[in-house]
Amino acid sequence: MSDVSAAVREPWPDLTVQRQGVGLGIWVFLASEVLFFGALITAYGIYRSIHPAAFLAAAKHTELVYGTINTVLLLTSSVTMTVALRAAEARLRRATIGCLAVTLVLGVGFLLCKGLEYRDDLREGFFPGAGFPLADPPTQLFWMLYWIMTGIHAIHLSAGILVVGVVAMLFWRRVLPVQDSTMEGIATYWHFVDTVWILLFPLLYLVGRI
Amino acid sequence: MSLAEWTTAASDYAERIDNIFWLLCTVSGLILLLVMALVITFVIRYRRGSQVERGELPPSLKHEVEIGWTAATLFLFLFIFWWAASAELAALSPPRNALEIHVVAKQWMWRFQHPGGAREIDTLHVPADTAVRLAMTSEDVIHDLYLPALRLKQDILPDRYTYLSFTATKPGTYYLTCAEFCGTDHSRMGGKFVVLSPAEYARWTAAQPEGDDLAHQGEALFRTLGCSGCHTPGSSVHAPDLRGVYGRLVHLSDGRTVTADEAYLRDSILLPNKDVVAGFSPIMPSFKGVATEADLVKLIAYLKSLSASASRQGAPP
Amino acid sequence: MTEVATDMTLPFAPVEETGAASYLDEGHTIMSWLATTDHKRIAILYAVSITIFFFIGGAAIALVRLELIEPHGWFLTSDAYNRLFTLHGIIMVWFFLVPSIPATMGNFLLPLMIGARDVAFPRLNLLSWYLYVIGAAFTVYVVIAGGVDTGWTFYPPLSSNYANGQVVAAAAGVFVVGFSSIATGVNFIVTTHMLRAPGMTWFRLPLFCWSMYTVSLVMVLATPVLAMSLLLIVAERAFGLPVFDAAHGGDPVLFQHIFWFYSHPAVYIMILPAMGVVSEIFACFARRQVFGYAFMVYALLAIAVIGFMVWGHHMFVAGQSQLANLVFSFLSFMVAVPSAIKVFNWIATMYRGQIGFEAPMLYALGFLGLFTIGGLTGLFLASVPIDVATTDSYFVVAHFHTIMVGGTVSAFMAGIHYWWPKVTGRLYHEFFAQFAAITMFLGFNVTFLPQFVMGWQGMPRRYHTYPEVFQVWHVISSLGAGILVVAYTLPLIYLGWSLFRGERASDNPWHATGLEWQTPSPPPKENFHHVPVIDAEPYMYHETGHPREPGEPTPVREQGE
Repeated sequence: MSDVSAAVREPWPDLTVQRQGVGLGIWVFLASEVLFFGALITAYGIYRSIHPAAFLAAAKHTELVYGTINTVLLLTSSVTMTVALRAAEARLRRATIGCLAVTLVLGVGFLLCKGLEYRDDLREGFFPGAGFPLADPPTQLFWMLYWIMTGIHAIHLSAGILVVGVVAMLFWRRVLPVQDSTMEGIATYWHFVDTVWILLFPLLYLVGRI
Repeated sequence: MSLAEWTTAASDYAERIDNIFWLLCTVSGLILLLVMALVITFVIRYRRGSQVERGELPPSLKHEVEIGWTAATLFLFLFIFWWAASAELAALSPPRNALEIHVVAKQWMWRFQHPGGAREIDTLHVPADTAVRLAMTSEDVIHDLYLPALRLKQDILPDRYTYLSFTATKPGTYYLTCAEFCGTDHSRMGGKFVVLSPAEYARWTAAQPEGDDLAHQGEALFRTLGCSGCHTPGSSVHAPDLRGVYGRLVHLSDGRTVTADEAYLRDSILLPNKDVVAGFSPIMPSFKGVATEADLVKLIAYLKSLSASASRQGAPP
Repeated sequence: MTEVATDMTLPFAPVEETGAASYLDEGHTIMSWLATTDHKRIAILYAVSITIFFFIGGAAIALVRLELIEPHGWFLTSDAYNRLFTLHGIIMVWFFLVPSIPATMGNFLLPLMIGARDVAFPRLNLLSWYLYVIGAAFTVYVVIAGGVDTGWTFYPPLSSNYANGQVVAAAAGVFVVGFSSIATGVNFIVTTHMLRAPGMTWFRLPLFCWSMYTVSLVMVLATPVLAMSLLLIVAERAFGLPVFDAAHGGDPVLFQHIFWFYSHPAVYIMILPAMGVVSEIFACFARRQVFGYAFMVYALLAIAVIGFMVWGHHMFVAGQSQLANLVFSFLSFMVAVPSAIKVFNWIATMYRGQIGFEAPMLYALGFLGLFTIGGLTGLFLASVPIDVATTDSYFVVAHFHTIMVGGTVSAFMAGIHYWWPKVTGRLYHEFFAQFAAITMFLGFNVTFLPQFVMGWQGMPRRYHTYPEVFQVWHVISSLGAGILVVAYTLPLIYLGWSLFRGERASDNPWHATGLEWQTPSPPPKENFHHVPVIDAEPYMYHETGHPREPGEPTPVREQGE
């Protein structure tokens, strides 16, 4: 196993404080992400309050099956990520790497499912512009928000997948010890991406359906 | 061109605003003088090496002084806010029966349409001592009508109406400019703002070569565009009765109640499914691309005239 | 005051000179700079970058002011003019002012002032500089590819559907450089929370550190909203998605809300660090504790918090409701109160002080006067009826330049001169610096006081051609701009000269308090050789009844003593 002291980086005095620092840093970064998505969700809220009927009509055409599958995939991946974090704290190297791998697979599964859903959406013409199937213009606002919200979420998820993959590789190659402060950071970020989806899912898929 | 054509205060409101401005200048000037006096005094008296008494201030004095100037600043700023806000609130409610002039802004020119049918480009004539209400919309980007002599401006948005109300008091020739950056010729999108005495304005209006007034033109459009096909009593299509609609409270199918103002009428023509009236189906087609901006002005003027005549005849709302 | 004091004790520095004594000696290759994680080197990378962009943005506005000598223009087309003032705004706001003090002085000094060896995340720090460079590369592309002409505010529908310049590239550049801000903010917040030396409690932090902390809070929370606003503009323009399109039921005013929700706090991002710098300088050059330290801290925090609640004062004529106008007006008056308190406290700091007139102090005094003027004109604009008359006129232009140029740039120059000996190990030539400071102050007033006048008279902003009645003011203003060109170029010359021929600086040429002055000039790579322990408040220039003599050591001691 790698020497724990190698995990301590300048200018931190010891690993415990470093972990706390990374934790604080990720939470502060997530505060900025909350504002980033918050602006978008606020725009959604404002437009929906101005055009309630159009939003209702437009949201009928989102694919609930794809959305539900994706929700299950992402929630499960948060469980596996949590297990990975606990394993790392207990210094169980193989378990950590294994759980990270499962998390990554679930994340990729989400993206694949999303890709299939996008293909279906496009085939039916639900991209605002010429050929949009619904007549009432404000329905295109809903679908604009759909594409931007899910797109930005997918980009964030992709970044998370990339980082998880790289970190798992670094653990596998023993470049980093699993008790390094890295797990703290990526687990928190992953949960955040999941939480954003939990907010987006009802806004996009459950309008008029509950 | 003279500076007075820019800076004359051509309304009571403008004069009131000037008073606030000069009061603020005085207060600011005094504060600035105080700051400068203190700084210059300290910088000279306490320059390095000067032989004057220096020592620690007692903490209680420090504390009192801090609370003192914080409170003083707070009260001064509250007072200024209150004074400015009350001037603003007083100017708020536009009087009924204002003379309504439609303004259409587009890159890079102004079109003004008077209710009597007169049309002008880049010059706006208004009567003095008359409440005027400008109903403004843009055909493209955001513009802003700035009338320096009235100390007023208002952004002009596409697909929406914004309003500017005033009562000018000093006849004269002034200026209007665009005050929201709108592209290449933003700086050339200006013109004259002419305040005429009411008698001169009446003469000017009568001399304009336009024919029918807006409401009559709107009535013609109401037929030619096909509105009357559904919106007349006796039509086979179930459509709301538009007599007296303007200014009325309307109950919508989603439970809301709105007032039928210009924006509502305009949206009903262009986005008919936005606010569907309770008890009616969303079957009205959109007239976007069919009714031009100018058409909309006339249609709305016609619909407003239905309210006026309905109230005159004592017809039920 | 610039004599070298060789008998100054240095508790945290080596007694004898070793080979690689300073951070500047740790590697002389390009790669040692481009791959550094040393916060001090990163600060210098930023300093070079923002200086380059300051002069590009300055060149743009020099051309604009030259053109404005003639009411109908004389060498620019309207499109070129519009692109130049847009470029000036974008560059000066995002590629100069926002990073200026935090990324240069904050990066260099925050760890030193709190007794740390570096910032919390040194590699993130380097990444933040590369994000700046990438954003800057987009902007350079925009310039080469013809420019963008929407104004720095990118309002739709002009920016999304009607402008024919490089809107997407410009928005992308600002988007990327925004993440540079956020990264810096995250780093500073964690650094301040977790890496303070023993004994450095929150209320013993120098006010500059407090200003770095509060500005970081604002950067982290406000900048992402700007990023979203620009992303939505790009979505509309590049992908044809109806976002703010009124024809589809969208609202261009929504963009304004989202944009100004960031851009008002952005102006506090630009002024809070300046306030921090100025506090340090008044303390040192009046040789006195900053008056009302606690109120100064609370004022910084109050400005940061209330600053998030006033964005609507940019939209009094945008189509907001009257109620919204009143609320935003009220809150705008409230945010002015802590700023006023700070002005009073700086003046009171000078009371019974020992005031020197070195260049940093001259710049700080200029800041004091100009910030007061700028702040007072802010009261005018916070009053709705006055704002209705003056918004989108030169009155507003003069107001914000007074704060940003008269305020922030003055403070930036003050800080550059104050910490120059620490950063470079050299002393600059005091006379030229004082001359430049005074020239800048005069040039500034000649440039912007006429703009207040013509703004009130009705001269709109962003105008290429204008009515002849305003020409006299434009000519005076352009003359002032010419003076400013001289005032800004002079420091390049004498500061550059000092790098090669300047007298070597001692570790504490100003005999100032603060941990940064307790290490050599320039500092070693790890800042301190021993962890400092702090047992006193900042600015202990004097204690009750006993003015501290120059050369008397300030009460910090080594751990274990």
